[in-house]
Amino acid sequence: MTEALADFTLHRPESLESLAILRRAVPEARLIAGGTDLLPNLRRGLVDAPALIDLTALPDFAEIEPLAQGALRLGAGLRLADLARAPELAGPRQAVAEAARGVAGPAHRNAATLGGNLCQDTRCLYYNQSDWWRAANGYCLKYRGDTCHVAPQGKRCRAAFASDLAAPLIALGAEVALAGPVGERRLPLADLYRDDGADHLALAPGEVLIAVHLPPFAGLSAYEKARQRRAIDFPIAGVGAALARVTGGWRLSLAVTGTDSRPVAIAGIDDALDLPLSDDMLARIDKAVQKQVTPMRSTMISSHYRRLAASALARRLAQRLAEQARDAR
Amino acid sequence: MTRILRLTLNGRARADAVADNLLLIDYLRDAARLTSVKQGCDGGECGACLVLVDGSPRPACITLAAQCEGAKVETLEGLSGPGGALSPLQRAFHERLGAQCGFCTPGMVVSATALLRKTKRPDEGAIRAALEGNLCRCTGYVKIIDAVQTAAAEMAADQTAEAAG
Repeated sequence: MTEALADFTLHRPESLESLAILRRAVPEARLIAGGTDLLPNLRRGLVDAPALIDLTALPDFAEIEPLAQGALRLGAGLRLADLARAPELAGPRQAVAEAARGVAGPAHRNAATLGGNLCQDTRCLYYNQSDWWRAANGYCLKYRGDTCHVAPQGKRCRAAFASDLAAPLIALGAEVALAGPVGERRLPLADLYRDDGADHLALAPGEVLIAVHLPPFAGLSAYEKARQRRAIDFPIAGVGAALARVTGGWRLSLAVTGTDSRPVAIAGIDDALDLPLSDDMLARIDKAVQKQVTPMRSTMISSHYRRLAASALARRLAQRLAEQARDAR
Repeated sequence: MTRILRLTLNGRARADAVADNLLLIDYLRDAARLTSVKQGCDGGECGACLVLVDGSPRPACITLAAQCEGAKVETLEGLSGPGGALSPLQRAFHERLGAQCGFCTPGMVVSATALLRKTKRPDEGAIRAALEGNLCRCTGYVKIIDAVQTAAAEMAADQTAEAAG
């Protein structure tokens, strides 16, 4: 019989307590749910995994739970196909469903989970290759090598983070619930990420992302991305946007994915905006995005094009949401 | 580690000893001898290995067999009519020239089956969306979409006839 994967032991804890015990007993184990990110990487020899811990049997792991005052708890085990059609994510928070609908093809969305999407590995032209390809290139800084082929002078890995869900969730102010050896803690989703493609998750040893919390939100939101081929390619750039009423105007939140080693929450546009958005304001949004994202040569697409794609999407989304807000008044 | 995997495969209960690191595609092709499950890209990109797990298409090449414990798994072999006769979808792929080299066809039929179980008369956009994870290097997709539409029309007509009869 073919053996495509190196040998490992698969564990399937049914409670957070047994998960914690397993994490202590087998600290080198990797976590798996849908497997759409981990298994291709295992097949390509990008990950060492003497053991896997399957999270899908954890209690309430795939539940959507409405909380007080319109807040929402999304279990990390929710499948992207479930998020795409969840009634709780129609309306103000539809950016999350839009992002879920745009991930890969239907079969991947049936398997892939929210937590897996948010914790997926970063990607690079020099990393997502077969072992013989990488060996011929002396491997790379992210795994087994000592040079980043994207930025050979640099000291860190520039692989890009491509989660679609991260962008709208950050724009909507999401927090993540992390279960760890000393109990549970909450963290703004934006702070889950570090600007290092080889070590992009700020999880403490033994911690597991178990849920996403969305604060109450009554505005408008949207997600759009650019990619070469639908269903096949990861985003060249993706932008999540949220527009909400605040005292004295409107507040626009933008987050960009696919360009950097972490999702980028765009700063400097959070004053109270007047609608419709002026050309000056749109130009400011465009410029802010171009200045704050730093795509590198980690994909086949030029970094300049990815930067322009990000700013064009941001500008387009801002305008679309502003028009929707005006029409709704 | 090895475990006993219990599942329902094409309507029949099975139990097999499987290694933890066994992929669903290798279990189906090598242990169950269901070779409609095609090994294409081997990385979840092409859709040639799609099977239905509890009614939903899943890429078998990036699914662990052990994660299908207790599941209902269907491959193309289980989607044909009684006595191995072609199902309306399979017949439509044949008659409308939806298959050329045939390598992608099992995955296409699996995706289309999942679609037609949920949506009786899908429009072209819905068919394209349901098949967007299935790559075909021969047909250019036009005849595949035609085949799914033909099968949907035929199945809807059969149901109307049954209801009337």
